[in-house]
Amino acid sequence: MTQPAENPADEQGRLSALRRLLPFARPYRGLIALTFTGALLATLAQLAVPLLTRRIVDGPIADGDRGALVPLLGLALLFGTAEAALMFLRRWAMGNSSLAIERDLRDTLYQRLQRLPVGFHEGWSSGQLLSRATSDVSTIRRFVGFGAVFLVVNLVTCVVVGALLVVTYWPLGVAVLVTSVPLIAFGLGFEKRYNAQSRAVQDEQGELATDVEEAVQGIRVVRSLGRSGLVFGRYDRKALRLRELQLTKVRTLAVIWCMFEFHPQITLAIVLVGGALAVNTGALTVGGLVGFVALFTVLLWPILSLGFLLAQAQETASACDRVGELLDAPLTVTDAPGVQPAEVARPARLRFEDVGFRFPGAGDPVLAGIDLDVAPGETVALVGATGSGKTTLTALVPRLLDVTRGRVTLDGHDVRDLPLSQVRSVVATAFEEATLFSMSVRENVTLGRPGASEADVEEALRVAQADFVHDLPWGLDTRIGEQGLSLSGGQRQRLALARAVLGRPSVLVLDDPLSALDVHTEALVEHALREVLAQTTALVVAHRASTVLLADRVALLQHGRITAVGRHSDLLAEVPAYRELLSSSAELAGAGEGGAR
Amino acid sequence: MTSPGSGAAATTSAGGAPADAHADWRGVSTEEDDALTASASTFLRGRSRRLLGELVRPHRRSLWWLLAVVVVQNLAWLAGPFLIGVGIDSAVPALLDGDSGPLVWTTVALVAAALLDTGSRYLFLTGSGRVGQEVLLALRRRVFTHVQQLPLSFHERYTSGKTISRLTSDVEALAELLDEGLDGLLTALFSITTIGVVLLFLDLPLGLVALLGFPLLYLVGRWFQRQTTVAYRRTRQTIAALIVQFTETFGGIRAVQAFRREPRNDELHARLNEENRQANHRAFWLIAVFVPAVTMIGNVITVAVLGYGAVRVMDGDIQVGVLTAFLLYLRRFFDPLQDIAMFYNSYQSATAALEKLSGVLEERSTVPEPADPHPLPAPIAGEVVFDGVRFGYGAATVLPGLDLTIPAGQTVALVGATGAGKSTLARLAARFYDPGDGVVRLDGVSLTRLADADLRRAVVMVTQESFLFSGSIADNIGFGRPDADRTEIEAAARAIGADGFIRALPEGYDTDVRKRGGRLSAGQRQLVSFARAFLADPAVLVLDEATSSLDVPSERLVQEALRTLLADRTALIIAHRLSTVEFADRVLVMEAGRIVEDGSPAELVGGTGRFADLHRAWADSLV
Ligand SMILES: Nc1ncnc2c1ncn2[C@@H]1O[C@H](COP(=O)(O)OP(=O)(O)OP(=O)(O)O)[C@@H](O)[C@H]1O
Ligand SMILES: Nc1ncnc2c1ncn2[C@@H]1O[C@H](COP(=O)(O)OP(=O)(O)OP(=O)(O)O)[C@@H](O)[C@H]1O
Ligand SMILES: [Mg+2]
Ligand SMILES: [Mg+2]
Repeated sequence: MTQPAENPADEQGRLSALRRLLPFARPYRGLIALTFTGALLATLAQLAVPLLTRRIVDGPIADGDRGALVPLLGLALLFGTAEAALMFLRRWAMGNSSLAIERDLRDTLYQRLQRLPVGFHEGWSSGQLLSRATSDVSTIRRFVGFGAVFLVVNLVTCVVVGALLVVTYWPLGVAVLVTSVPLIAFGLGFEKRYNAQSRAVQDEQGELATDVEEAVQGIRVVRSLGRSGLVFGRYDRKALRLRELQLTKVRTLAVIWCMFEFHPQITLAIVLVGGALAVNTGALTVGGLVGFVALFTVLLWPILSLGFLLAQAQETASACDRVGELLDAPLTVTDAPGVQPAEVARPARLRFEDVGFRFPGAGDPVLAGIDLDVAPGETVALVGATGSGKTTLTALVPRLLDVTRGRVTLDGHDVRDLPLSQVRSVVATAFEEATLFSMSVRENVTLGRPGASEADVEEALRVAQADFVHDLPWGLDTRIGEQGLSLSGGQRQRLALARAVLGRPSVLVLDDPLSALDVHTEALVEHALREVLAQTTALVVAHRASTVLLADRVALLQHGRITAVGRHSDLLAEVPAYRELLSSSAELAGAGEGGAR
Repeated sequence: MTSPGSGAAATTSAGGAPADAHADWRGVSTEEDDALTASASTFLRGRSRRLLGELVRPHRRSLWWLLAVVVVQNLAWLAGPFLIGVGIDSAVPALLDGDSGPLVWTTVALVAAALLDTGSRYLFLTGSGRVGQEVLLALRRRVFTHVQQLPLSFHERYTSGKTISRLTSDVEALAELLDEGLDGLLTALFSITTIGVVLLFLDLPLGLVALLGFPLLYLVGRWFQRQTTVAYRRTRQTIAALIVQFTETFGGIRAVQAFRREPRNDELHARLNEENRQANHRAFWLIAVFVPAVTMIGNVITVAVLGYGAVRVMDGDIQVGVLTAFLLYLRRFFDPLQDIAMFYNSYQSATAALEKLSGVLEERSTVPEPADPHPLPAPIAGEVVFDGVRFGYGAATVLPGLDLTIPAGQTVALVGATGAGKSTLARLAARFYDPGDGVVRLDGVSLTRLADADLRRAVVMVTQESFLFSGSIADNIGFGRPDADRTEIEAAARAIGADGFIRALPEGYDTDVRKRGGRLSAGQRQLVSFARAFLADPAVLVLDEATSSLDVPSERLVQEALRTLLADRTALIIAHRLSTVEFADRVLVMEAGRIVEDGSPAELVGGTGRFADLHRAWADSLV
């Protein structure tokens, strides 16, 4: 699946993407400061032991003074301990801050994703979302907890030591600075390339995760058609592509690394030659040269490590971009500014006024001017051919989708002018495909009303004829499998129905709620459902005459419009299209022919 | 029903998540316990090490080669400072004497060493990268293939979220080890051995004092190993829990939003996320103690060597120069230990991930392919026999005892109350599960004796859930028979009346149906999955409520297609709409896992049994 990920390749460093992390780092600035202090002090403490060694060699040993040895040794031990303690401090502080940042970022991302509209989720493959919330966020954590600290510490070391070099003997110092120009120039070029390659790898990891998810969730289809070979082939192609992308990345990293490793060594050779010539002309003493070289060797490791630390920073920058794409996705279905809850009666009046809907990017609108008025307490059945837009229409009521034209009103209030949470608590939906979660039966049923009483739950289960739950091994506390797949189709559908009718919502939207039930159970559910429907405003999508009979009126949806509204029997008599769609004789005729075979 | 559930509920939840007011939201289920006994823990580690060994073994030669490269690289790297020393000590004086030769040669040697170092570094990085990627690819392939052939019962228990976390996050944990670890380890091992030897040569007693650090390091290492084994296991579990929560939330986002589940989910996610943070924090804490501890041991030993060395110098046993050199080397001896500590840390983390992965790989299929499959007689006739079949998903029996013969070519309709076991029977016919007792036979051969490819060619089931893969419509239909060309795909769609709506889509057959077919309506999805089975063209077709979401005219089209298709084929059709049932040759009525009526539609409708009732009720419902 291709994401709307335009790649702004023209930007220079791309490290600016890291700025996005600042708000997440801010709460932990104390810990972060501690990390830097710890890192710096530990480096200093590290220097103390060699210095003390020299003192001992020059002092007590030279003098043969055993008494003076002990305090110096004690001091060395003290600094050694300090080094270890500071190291601990740095790691401890770093762990605390980076893990907290990771947690906050992931929570923020999850919360944001939950609130992005259904339309957004349809366009994004699940693996892409997952890989961003897991691998990318972890990449960011690793950088914050390690790379960032040493990047800064090493850069500071380079600058300080560079300045010292210039101070020590400026012609050589300047020469060293000049040699770093090509390194920086080439390095940045490769870093940019590395950024793009990291991005490609991360994207491909998301694709791979998507493939895994589909292969696992579609396992029944794969199994029943015996297509594991085909599915594996798809996965394998992506896995191979991922390997190639990774190897390309590895090669770029190797080049970067080698540049940063080669540079200080070659500079050292230049320093030696330059220094020797300077000594030759008398501009520098041998001692001065030794000092200069010693100072420069301090830089070997910081320069070398800059290579991969910058690469890590680039990788993190592209991870930030990926996470940022989600955080920046617009919340199109959200509360209008300053909305106030309004009075909505129980049951409420539901009206569609010239409602149109067009899927983003699609040509023709699915709905083109729907006018429908559902009086308080009335039940209207929505009938239409497969793909005529019934589900789309029902999704407009709880604002899973927002109209692109006209308005949907509840008691005269446009649903977009009400708080989202109010609309969604007023309206309860049973979807055409029962969406269940691998949680307890109770949690599934009370999904929208966590405070529901035991009596309410029992009542809802009764209406939906879902008493079978009491026979499950742990009754209402039994965990039902993922997607509810440890239940039969009809059992799933009844649980989803129980969830919708729980607490008798004032507007009920049922999308083909009885399609998976046998005739007897259907009759029982209909009987019980009638009581509920008498007290709520309801929109019921129906394919069968039996379901239509639940309704007071029927609306026929054709070509994006409501072309007829009326009683079932009237429509049967008067509207040919309706007869075509719902006539029992059609169903019976089909059956009869078959029986006569 | 008051089951023994309440007691079991208490014990299960006690073993699982921390007990708090909301801990029981997930509900109770029988699942593997995460608390491990010591012997189980050792066993798991052994298993994961074995897996790592198996993965790395094919690359032994490359690893030796890489080791050689590392040795060269280290020598070249160490040559730098040495050459500088030579330069300052002899080339500069020579230059002052007017001889520029030594300077030139030292510089040339210096450049050569730098080139050698850089070149071998490049070889090492690309080489180890290649090995790492090969290992990961092999692991991915292996786990993916394995997971795919595991039975449905496994997937139902394990959940897709956990499988996904195994194949993503756990594999990536190993990637980290391969990415970051190898370099440090090889370099460190090399320098520690060489420097260790040098130390012993420089001065044996001092060398022994230096080596005194090792027992201490061993003890610290043991402690670290014990603790991190537990800690990293926990990180793997918590990240998996997080991934499960994530995939479930966004798999059912419509329900989540429509029922305002977001705040509660925020809370649940925050808790799982916090548990993950704590698990990681524990591991971080351990490493935060371990690495400084290693450094501390190094520093203590250094001080000891310093003290003892100083005494020995004063006693005239060794020269000052030896002590100085010794101390310089000692530093280089202990520094790489940190690299080893870091490697060990990555190793521990990867081992925990490999424990989980090897756990999945250890799972044996409960519906295994036979070792010596029985060939199906060609052409496949399609006679299906259930012989004394008993089956249940868990403890409860769903099918208590089933004897049923479906002669080749017969179209059988299966009706009955929801939850009666119709889908279960169908799944047994398609060998999604194997019966507890008894056998299911196709043309006289037990399904357990058939090669999977043969079985799938012969028996195809359209499940109650019409799952589509993201990709074009043509791809989805073609899934039924991958070698079918576009005309065949279109013919299949046309035969069941799906061609019309597909052509009306903006890109026709090439329209991307998106995640799980979300671009299509429910009925359209059903049509596509029907076309998929139609194209597969099996000898035995099992339809589990394959038309439940269609409108009446579309359903009629499908039925017409079926009538032609099924003329010479065995079919098992499950449906609640009796219109679908009535063109069957034979109707079975199922109740509580038993077949209670069996006869031709006409016979049953005319009789006084349950089907007659059902039919009457249905006819009434049509009004
Ligand atoms: N995300 C989408 N983007 C573009 N078109 C879509 C999208 N989702 C659905 N459609 C199209 O919109 C039309 C209406 O779909 P909808 O699901 O509302 O149909 P329906 O009336 O509920 O059908 P059914 O009876 O099969 O459930 C269909 O033709 C479908 O292909
Ligand atoms: N995967 C599973 N794990 C555990 N129990 C299951 C599983 N699938 C079904 N069951 C149980 O087995 C029984 C029979 O289910 P089955 O799906 O066969 O019913 P069905 O006759 O197809 O019903 P429906 O008409 O509702 O689809 C039900 O009680 C159901 O809860
Ligand atoms: Mg629909
Ligand atoms: Mg079923």
